Amino acid sequence: MDDQNLGPDSQRRYDDREFYQALGLKCGLEMHRQLDTTHKLFCRCPVQPYTSEYHAEILRHMRPTLSELGVYDPTALMEFKTKKDVVYRLHRDTVCTYEMDDAPPFGLNRGALERAMVIGVMLNLNLVDELHIARKQYLDGSIPTGFQRTTILGVGGHMMVDGRRIDIRQLGLEEDSCREVSDRGHRRTYMTDRLSIPLIEIVTEAQMYTPMEAARVGSAIRRLCHLSGVCRTGLGRARQDVNVSIAGGTRIEIKGVGSLRELPALVHYEALRQKALLEMRDTARSRGIQADGFEGAVDVTAMARRHRHPALNIAWGTGTSAQAIVLRGCAGMLATPTGPGRTFGDEVSDRIRIIACIDRVPNMAWSDDPASFELTELFGAVRQQAGASPADAVVVVAGPAADVATAISEVRIRMQEMLEGVPRETRRSLRGGGTRFERVLPGPDRMYPDTDLPPIVLTERDFERARAASPEPLWDKETRYAVMGLSPVQIERLFTTDAWTIFEAVAARSALRPTILAYLLLDWVPALGRRGVPTVEVDADLLVRLFGDAGAVQWTQKDAAAALAQALGHAVHWVGKNASNGTAEVGA
Amino acid sequence: MSNDDLFKGYRGPGRELLERMGVAVWSDVEVTTDKGSFRGLILPRSETADDHHLVLKLDTGYNVGLDARVVTAMKSFGRHEAHYKIPEKDFPYDPAKPNVKLFGTGGTIASRLDYRTGAVIPAFSPGELYGSVPELADICNLKTEKLYAVFSENMGPEQYIGLAKAVAREIENGVDGILIGHGTDTMSHTAAILSFMVQDPPVPIVMVGSQRSSDRPSSDAALNLIHGTLTAATSDIAEVMVCMFGPTSDEYGLLHRGTRVRKMHSSYRSTFRTISDIPLALVDRKVVQPLRSDYRRRCPDRKVKLDAVYDDRATILYYYPGMKPDLVDGLIDKGYRGIVIAGTGLGHVNKPLYPALERAIAAGVHVFMTVQTLWGYTQMYVYDTGRDLMELGVVPAGNMLPEVAFMKLGWALAHSDDRDEVRRIMLTPVAGDITEREPPDAYLVLQGGLPEVDRFVKGHRM
Repeated sequence: MDDQNLGPDSQRRYDDREFYQALGLKCGLEMHRQLDTTHKLFCRCPVQPYTSEYHAEILRHMRPTLSELGVYDPTALMEFKTKKDVVYRLHRDTVCTYEMDDAPPFGLNRGALERAMVIGVMLNLNLVDELHIARKQYLDGSIPTGFQRTTILGVGGHMMVDGRRIDIRQLGLEEDSCREVSDRGHRRTYMTDRLSIPLIEIVTEAQMYTPMEAARVGSAIRRLCHLSGVCRTGLGRARQDVNVSIAGGTRIEIKGVGSLRELPALVHYEALRQKALLEMRDTARSRGIQADGFEGAVDVTAMARRHRHPALNIAWGTGTSAQAIVLRGCAGMLATPTGPGRTFGDEVSDRIRIIACIDRVPNMAWSDDPASFELTELFGAVRQQAGASPADAVVVVAGPAADVATAISEVRIRMQEMLEGVPRETRRSLRGGGTRFERVLPGPDRMYPDTDLPPIVLTERDFERARAASPEPLWDKETRYAVMGLSPVQIERLFTTDAWTIFEAVAARSALRPTILAYLLLDWVPALGRRGVPTVEVDADLLVRLFGDAGAVQWTQKDAAAALAQALGHAVHWVGKNASNGTAEVGA
Repeated sequence: MSNDDLFKGYRGPGRELLERMGVAVWSDVEVTTDKGSFRGLILPRSETADDHHLVLKLDTGYNVGLDARVVTAMKSFGRHEAHYKIPEKDFPYDPAKPNVKLFGTGGTIASRLDYRTGAVIPAFSPGELYGSVPELADICNLKTEKLYAVFSENMGPEQYIGLAKAVAREIENGVDGILIGHGTDTMSHTAAILSFMVQDPPVPIVMVGSQRSSDRPSSDAALNLIHGTLTAATSDIAEVMVCMFGPTSDEYGLLHRGTRVRKMHSSYRSTFRTISDIPLALVDRKVVQPLRSDYRRRCPDRKVKLDAVYDDRATILYYYPGMKPDLVDGLIDKGYRGIVIAGTGLGHVNKPLYPALERAIAAGVHVFMTVQTLWGYTQMYVYDTGRDLMELGVVPAGNMLPEVAFMKLGWALAHSDDRDEVRRIMLTPVAGDITEREPPDAYLVLQGGLPEVDRFVKGHRM
């Protein structure tokens, strides 16, 4: 795997099976890859490089709607509380009336479907016979319709990773969402160029038991996507989510993991966070803290105005207020560490920021916070008014009155969830392995059939075409490469640089040792390129011409490198008599 | 439960399989096909879909279709029937708030999923509306009455008359405003005919709908309802109006006079435009802001004039180059009594049509001319063609919109068959259906791509 940033110690630590087994760690992955089509999934807009340029803006609000089974999704209700103005930026070359939700969808892009089916075959999925387009609700605004059009191609597949079978729950084909530009207060702004680019979602079962194992499976899926030849590559074209749970905890979805390198630390710290929350729950239970112990809210506007604490340092005026909430028996609990540089107080603060949209830092003052010592008098007054004691914690929030009311209610909800253990959440990754609350974890109730499009019947011809277009299984190919003597790192890089196609063609037709061939493709050609040697003509034909003579002597790596350099018009120093100039700076 | 309920929507091989396996809809099953096994809930099948696929809802909420002909085994684990129902809550009553009556005719303003067709069907009651748009209770006391549940293309004379009578009845009962939920396709037709059938209303009569059905999070239904309800409850404009999005953004709605409005885009939210004039007013979540002062004001003491009659022997003829006279002859033969022509330019048709039009008029058919350019007036003196047509008895209808003239002609024909009387009724404006002048800013269709328009659009949300 691509692990430059993880030293061997970290790798060993994050692969400590015994340690994670004791926690009961389980992870699953949701890997997203854009498909390499010229056009978007449900309209004829071209797929183009991302840009920040735009011609127009529109503003929308989202309202929760019922699922097909007549239920509201909890995430949808949570997002509705945020009362966000969502602004979309439109560029006339990359979006049409479809993406801005002012026109119904055109038919599903057949090219995208054909490509996705190749992945379906490669993952050994049970493919469905008829596609039903669903609307998956997203009330955060990341899609102007308020839902993502998505469909399931197959379920119950598997792949082999390091000789172990990893089950694939499902493969989805869906439209990509918008790119967020900013999110301040009650306004969120999105750029729409990425919207509706065909995207596949590969969901594994939760069968990874150490953080490193999750990363290795992720890496294998990435290689599989490269091998398929149907995925788009480049920055921002791939994302992954990781689901983490420990024994007694909850499935937590960490979204937007940009690189697999970050994955092991995220999984590790999430496991520890869940452990910390479970311990807090036990402490709370032993202290006899009750769900109705968070009822008392006190208006402290007059007192708060006199204090200079950064959380209370707002532009006071009509319509602003400060409220305090008493948390019975909870003294000290908000200071409990839950992650790298984070405490339980941050978990509470995140809810206020995301749902009540109070995004000042800090956005609350709390009695456990050493930085809030100058508010001792305020906390004392609140305790006195509420008939509370120093064993009770106090949280104070200031801002627009409506937001403060939402904030106090969210603090109460989060404290009640604390008594249950680990609340179901979607979290966003932070630098350094931490995560923060993003939204309540959505469930199946956010699904709704797309009434704009009829089902799409797949025929035997479609399946046949997909099978014909699918390459040899990744793991068979990798086993073959390993037998040839290639290292795991070389194998990984052959796929991620797409050099494997040349490798295959040359390996079969030359006398070159495969490890030398891999070295030439992965290291020597890029090294020559960095020295200004034009390398575009390096292809299978050139290499076969140079090394294809089976009767020739066994090539050494040095000789092969020199021969290739010379074929490209470049001399190297270790071939003494031919060296004419600039020999010193070239090294292998 | 009947067999049809047990196998809802399934026919042919799909139904045979379910019957053979003894598995009904809403069963939790494991299905094995030649491609593997799938676990989920058997959903009803849309009647318009083919007859050999089963629909399964997986536990992730996704639906998939499996070919019944390749199913090798099915195992049932019980049933779980779903009831799609908008949560109902009692609409609160506040004696201090105005009373609004909402009539339902159909459309997607309040809708839910229909398994039979796989499309959305209308559904609403005060409780359902309050459950999904609780903001309405801040505005008024709302009562609803479902008159029809049809897509708007299925509205016709019977529904127009029924609706007009119901509106007049409620006005006489003393409501403070009327709201009509209507599909958008023919909303302007209904707005026009109501303008003629329910004259001089003392309170606002507001038509609302949605371009995106209310079962989607980004729907314009809730905001249109809020705007429409606020207009019906509080506005001073006592006319038949269409209340729909101004821009495509969730910002404000426009109130269009019922006889001057037209749907101008098949799918955009901001599809309704006032043609050849400016709109009556702008409405947001808080207030109705008139854009002009020449409207009929709210006056609770005024008596509404109900004139709900209609003759369906009128038609509209959209002229195209090369049109043959046999079309007109056919209309005469079939007993049509009135024709509104949507002519080219200022109101023209080709010469070969003249004899046929002459025969029509001689046979007592009333023929009126409008313009297919939509904006602007007929002016039939400018070219010989126009003069010839008028000579034949074709009557120019000013700047009446073609559909409005057509609705009005059906209404006029129910009053008289006398040439002069029909002409008098048609050319006497009832509710702004013909205006005396077109202000200079009544025709603004910004052309995208121009630098100055780009600047404007970037500075103002669309």
